[in-house]
Amino acid sequence: MKTFNNSNGAQSESTLVKYGLIFTAICFLTIMLLVPLITIFIEAFRKGIEAYFLAFNDQYVLQAVKLTVITALIAVPLNLVFGVCASWAIAKYSFFGKSVLITLIDLPFAVSPVISGFVYVLLFGAQGWFGHWLIENDVQIIFAAPGIVLATIFVTFPFVARELIPLMQEQGNDEEQAALLLGASGFQTFMKVTIPNIKWGLLYGVILCNARAMGEFGAVSVVSGHIQGVTNTMPLQVEILYNEYNFVAAFAVSTLLAILALLTLVLKYSLEWKAKKQLEKLKEEE
Amino acid sequence: MNIKVKNLTKYFGNFTALDNINLDVVPGELLALLGPSGSGKTTLLRMIAGLEVLDDNDIGEILFNNENIADKPIGDRDIGFVFQHYALFKHMTVFENIAFGLSVKPKKERPSKSEIETKVNKLLKLIQLDGFAHRFPWQLSGGQRQRVALARALAVEPKVLLLDEPFGALDAKVRADLRKWLKELQSEIGITTILVTHDQEEALEVADRIVVISKGKIEQIGTPEEVFHNPKNEFVINFLGNVNLFHERDENSEQKYHIRPHELEIVLSSSSDVISKAQIKYIQLAGSQVKIDLQDLENGKTILVELSHHEFKQKSLNIGDIVGINPRQLRTFKDGAGI
Repeated sequence: MKTFNNSNGAQSESTLVKYGLIFTAICFLTIMLLVPLITIFIEAFRKGIEAYFLAFNDQYVLQAVKLTVITALIAVPLNLVFGVCASWAIAKYSFFGKSVLITLIDLPFAVSPVISGFVYVLLFGAQGWFGHWLIENDVQIIFAAPGIVLATIFVTFPFVARELIPLMQEQGNDEEQAALLLGASGFQTFMKVTIPNIKWGLLYGVILCNARAMGEFGAVSVVSGHIQGVTNTMPLQVEILYNEYNFVAAFAVSTLLAILALLTLVLKYSLEWKAKKQLEKLKEEE
Repeated sequence: MNIKVKNLTKYFGNFTALDNINLDVVPGELLALLGPSGSGKTTLLRMIAGLEVLDDNDIGEILFNNENIADKPIGDRDIGFVFQHYALFKHMTVFENIAFGLSVKPKKERPSKSEIETKVNKLLKLIQLDGFAHRFPWQLSGGQRQRVALARALAVEPKVLLLDEPFGALDAKVRADLRKWLKELQSEIGITTILVTHDQEEALEVADRIVVISKGKIEQIGTPEEVFHNPKNEFVINFLGNVNLFHERDENSEQKYHIRPHELEIVLSSSSDVISKAQIKYIQLAGSQVKIDLQDLENGKTILVELSHHEFKQKSLNIGDIVGINPRQLRTFKDGAGI
């Protein structure tokens, strides 16, 4: 009988703890995340829909959107290729220095973005290692679009690789070997066997990579030079507008980034669900 | 196809995976590479397939119909390979899996869609899975998956079939059924087949010849009867089933005898003409033979004896009985010198 009482007591206590924890979590998320998110939209539409759209009818804002999109269009495909190569090397081969490579891939996560930006200034800036040569040859990297792209690539490098490494390690390379033995070429094997097996993880990595590429502030801020209409990305433009007390425009541009974030979350959720289903199938198979 | 392996030595770093292997595979035979895990049998198979290559410091050659295949890409070796864990393409149906090898052929050699379909359907019938064409691998049982993997390998009409522990991931009953089926299929098609296994029973049942491998070296090559009844050395007899070891000591020499449980006789009379006296410790009646564990009264070692149920009943043995042990036949090896 005693054990019965005990378990009852434990259960009533756990209900209290359970709802306490849920309440705390919801309160925290509401105050810290949901309210700010709603504020962005409220502030953006404070002076009406017209004012909201007027904010985009600005040359500098449009230039910032354009530069952001171009940066993402260069950085994401490059990181896609790098990411697939790196995860392939790590997952399918064993070689000397593999753990060093895995650690290196995580470096951009570990280093403050500001420092990532400074590294490029130190390398390519006027006083930097290659600065002299670049000036002589009339190539501008820092305070220009190439610097922004470089900094963005650096910061967003880990996303694709981090997604793919565990997935590819789990799958091993039996299927690839089977395809090669059946006479498929390396390219056929990659397209018909490898890619279908990693597609959800790959897409998920690309979406996260894209979100970060468009939203990156710190590293880009250091190398940008903040030349309006030339080297400003959306996050940088938001800061400038805000500092100019142009709140509606600042929040209006922010809504674009917020929508991008929400879209990313929805996609991420659905892809995670699909990837999980695929992994379950894989497990079932073993 | 005739496959020859000549003086093959393979290193993985400092580890010698294969040590001077010489092997001649007769066209049409089913050859089993039998050995414990880590013996190098899978490495040998993968080298024949081309999944492992000869590195600079490795020695030897592999010949297909007297042609050195060291530089031949694995897709051109005419090999059907079956993996232990099936390695079916997860995102493709059974049909697409079997058709894969045909559909990736260059345009000139590729059969038409209807030809591929006819062929795949024929193979589905062969593996007794007609009606499963549109299922995915995860909807099949382990045994069904392995049959699909075999059909996929056979679809490109390979000249050699290489099987890497094909039944290792299956449960005992399915395994027994599948190996019987494989044996029939293989002799029907007449394809040269090399099977890697660590299961001596499997090797003894399906193989035309068995290659016993240990620590990268070939210990014996022979028919199942030869390796089982005339094992060349201690490793082979130990690996191919239970064995009792008896010592006979003279003043200046020691003689070892290896005797299988079914080669021992239990003698009831207390005559002194026995090689040892022992007490019955355990009797296992389940199974086709009665298995008896005895303890040697002289040195306390365990002796295993197997006899027929008929003989067991005749002798009316019980746990605790003290009996004599006699060999029905004797066997010894060179290192023991004698008989």
